[in-house]
Amino acid sequence: MKLAAIVFLPFIGAILPLLLASRPRLHSTVSAAAITALSLVILMVAATGTFAGATPTYFLEWLPSLGLHIAFRLDGLALLFAGLILIIGLLVIVYAHYYLSSKDSAPRFFSCLLLFMGSMLGIVTADNLILMWFFWELTSISSFLLIGYWFHQSNARRGARMALAITGGGGLALLAGILLIGSIAGSYQLDVVLASGELIRNHDLYVPALILVLLGAFTKSAQFPFQFWLPHAMAAPTPVSAYLHSATMVKAGIFLMARLLPVLGGTPEWTTIVTLTGLATLLFGAYFALLKTDLKGLLAFSTISHLGLITMLLGLGSVGAVVAAMFHIINHAAFKAGLFMIAGIIDHETGSRDMRKLSGLRKALPFTMVLAVITSAAMAGIPLFNGFLSKEMFFAEAYDQQLFGGLSWFIPVLATLGAMLSVAYSVRFVHDVFFQEEATDLPKKPHEPPLMMRAPVIIFAFICIAVGLAPMFFTAELLTLAVSAVSQVTPQLDIAIWHGFNMPLLMSALALLGGIAIYIGRSELLTFSRQFDARDAKDIFARIVSATTRFCDEFTQYVENGSLQRYVAFLLVFTLILVVPELVSIMQLEGSRPQLPIDAISLIGAILLMLAALSTAMLHRQRLTSLMMLSVVGLIVSLSFVHFSAPDLAMTQLVVEVVSIILMILALFFMPQRIPRASSGRRVARDVLLAGSIGGIVGTLNYAILTRPFDSISNFFLANSVPGGGGTNVVNVILVDFRGFDTLGEIAVLAIAAAGIHKLLNNLRPFMPSSDVDGRPWHRVKHPLMVQTVAQALLPLALMVSAYIFLRGHNLPGGGFIAGLVTAAAMILQYIANGVDWVKHRFDYNYQTLTSVGVMIALFTGVGSWLFDHNFLTSSFTYVTWPLVGKFELATAILFDLGVYLTVIGATLMILANFGQMTTRHRPRQEGY
Amino acid sequence: METLYAITVGTLTACSVFLILRGRSFPIVIGITMLSYAVNLFLFSTGRLVINEIPIVGASENTTDPLPQALVLTAIVIGFAMTAYSIILAVRVRGEIGSDEVNDYNYAEQEGQR
Repeated sequence: MKLAAIVFLPFIGAILPLLLASRPRLHSTVSAAAITALSLVILMVAATGTFAGATPTYFLEWLPSLGLHIAFRLDGLALLFAGLILIIGLLVIVYAHYYLSSKDSAPRFFSCLLLFMGSMLGIVTADNLILMWFFWELTSISSFLLIGYWFHQSNARRGARMALAITGGGGLALLAGILLIGSIAGSYQLDVVLASGELIRNHDLYVPALILVLLGAFTKSAQFPFQFWLPHAMAAPTPVSAYLHSATMVKAGIFLMARLLPVLGGTPEWTTIVTLTGLATLLFGAYFALLKTDLKGLLAFSTISHLGLITMLLGLGSVGAVVAAMFHIINHAAFKAGLFMIAGIIDHETGSRDMRKLSGLRKALPFTMVLAVITSAAMAGIPLFNGFLSKEMFFAEAYDQQLFGGLSWFIPVLATLGAMLSVAYSVRFVHDVFFQEEATDLPKKPHEPPLMMRAPVIIFAFICIAVGLAPMFFTAELLTLAVSAVSQVTPQLDIAIWHGFNMPLLMSALALLGGIAIYIGRSELLTFSRQFDARDAKDIFARIVSATTRFCDEFTQYVENGSLQRYVAFLLVFTLILVVPELVSIMQLEGSRPQLPIDAISLIGAILLMLAALSTAMLHRQRLTSLMMLSVVGLIVSLSFVHFSAPDLAMTQLVVEVVSIILMILALFFMPQRIPRASSGRRVARDVLLAGSIGGIVGTLNYAILTRPFDSISNFFLANSVPGGGGTNVVNVILVDFRGFDTLGEIAVLAIAAAGIHKLLNNLRPFMPSSDVDGRPWHRVKHPLMVQTVAQALLPLALMVSAYIFLRGHNLPGGGFIAGLVTAAAMILQYIANGVDWVKHRFDYNYQTLTSVGVMIALFTGVGSWLFDHNFLTSSFTYVTWPLVGKFELATAILFDLGVYLTVIGATLMILANFGQMTTRHRPRQEGY
Repeated sequence: METLYAITVGTLTACSVFLILRGRSFPIVIGITMLSYAVNLFLFSTGRLVINEIPIVGASENTTDPLPQALVLTAIVIGFAMTAYSIILAVRVRGEIGSDEVNDYNYAEQEGQR
């Protein structure tokens, strides 16, 4: 629980500064600092367990099916990193309070910083690889917010985007690597993964997994060739740089390599890739740090260089190398955070970070100068400062390895060269800025900053000296824990300033002398390097990004070109691609079911149906003809339902057919009258081919189904229809009883569609032609007398028929759906014959209400069964004897069917009456006659 | 008979797909309507073809499968709702933008694709 609290406190606390946004800045600072301090205290408490030799863990099952759990552990490695994150975080918060100008939004800054802090803590304490990855990506996102904090500056935005693209992209590679590791090890829990190192290293997928994980680590830790995002991230406010580039963001990659060293490390692949990448980064960073004129640029490249050093040590992988790596992580965090803060102070006080302008600041900023000398000395690796010790250990490890056989000597040589460069840029940092003549053209006149702004730097400088003088006293215990977590053995630590005259000491001396020599000869170096055209990584990156965007744009343009026809065609082609292989793979098309003989009626019907369908398609440009053909199709479909023993369907289809054709004729009135152009031959050929293939596939499927014997679940319905539902018409009993819930959903859909149509017709100003396409005006007689008379006579008859169909529905073909449609059709006939006004005058009823009442009745019939302690929609029935009628069944299902009946009437009339009204309400004026 | 039925359903599907691939809303609505007929026939036939029977208990010796019929019955009604909705949508679009073409305005493939 404590561990979860450490991680989640900053996340929860991130909201505090925002809540205090209207208060003075001090409130946000204090709230952020308090959260950090609280987290730190909990960490201290939890750390007692770690120091006692145990590994405190926290486990909460989250998504067991994915192997993802909220699991944290606090071993030595996690403790080392978590401590750095929280302590430096706290100091950065204090520093930022003074650094941010009054125009900057401090609450937003602290909120993002806390988010970032929580994500980092999550990475280092996670006990589950996927959870760790989750936090890993969170750091990418929160660092994006921090780097782009000054979002009004274009270089901040660009730097943030680049950092996000590179580290986020690396994160995806890492995810792939983690998934591979997890599938090999069988779990994402860290203890399982750590225990199955042998298995993973011998697996076929080891190399892909290693490369993917390293891609994640190298991008995050700005290793060559992914180093270019880090200098551009310097567009961030300096406290952010101090935090991200000393102890946190870039160390996440280092952490990952250290964490997985027992699993992935020790193989030739690991050693070669990681060591050489580290070495290349070390040299590359150190060289460019020397050339940079921007203070923060110098520090950025020096960070890259030091990260390379740590990476190289992890690549070597021996216990001594791991000790040196862990020790250097602490040391680098201390002096680099201090140096960034000093750069921030200089920037803050002088208004410039350009080392060509800055010089001779020793008089104006004497105190800052002392701090700068201390931290730079630590960075350069001068004796008595902490950097010296870890650099000595680095030299010793570089000297001791025998990785490259006869060529192994080049590693210590290049390491010494790197250290020389490191000395040179450290000297440059101090000498260029604080010594030489006093600068006169600075934007601001410098003064010492407030004490509290210097205080964090003082603490860092103190750490540099204290660790440098008494390394064992301050760090031995923590280092032992951290190293044993990585190397799985308890190391014998022997860190001392003086080990006698040996090779590492000689290398240190060489580095110091060489470094000073390089600094003195730096103008030559600058001239030399000027020959190469400065190729900015930003431009290359921008070019890649714009090329990718262009490609995506073109692809989208091609696929999504605004043609709906094309989209439909794509979907259909995709369907074919999915279905065709399946059909090819069935052994035999024809099944074993005995087939029916073809009778003459069926044959004629089928031929008519096909002819009508083909005519509908071919004559589609003559819309009325096409519509008439469609109605033929619908009629024959309902006849085939009759033929194939489905009377209910036949009746439903017949009435629906009539109603939809009326609707479409109405719609035709509003459609353009001109006959549209014919499609091009190419397109027709394409569509015929596509349609033919789909039709062929559907027909084949249907044939395959029809000829196969089957075992239906319907026997249950047939057996229980009378005893359970009280009706002999099984179709109707299924609708209102067995599957009543489905029917309820269906009438709800019908009602919703009707409501949608009602809304669509609202405020519609349709195109209404005042004459037909040849200019002939519409006929004057709207409602012919013959139709009027017949329609009025038909209405009571139709109502009676529908009542009959409704009542008998439970036992014989019929029911609510059909009866509702019959009633609706009879009503529509009145509208056609007599017009909307006439009907409205006699039957002024709101169809929306009717529809809702219908759905309500159906719903409450279902709810009613709760009153009798039954499940929703349980029906009950009894038989009563009526005079004249005889024995009659009374079932609650009939109430439900009544709901269906009313809904169908309401919805159908809502659609048609509303739509029909459009033609009468603003009927165009008739001229001529 | 099964062959004939399958061919009919296939033809119906092919014709309706062809209509759905047109560039004007009215043929598309007709196509959708016809496709729903084809789909209903298809679904109905999963109960296999039976002649001269009735899904009513006690009315005949071996009753047909009532389940596909119940499903198709509601499908017909819902299909009507969908047809109605799409046709009204087409009318609305025609009222709003003055055209019944379904392709984007900017779609400028000049090959008479209507």
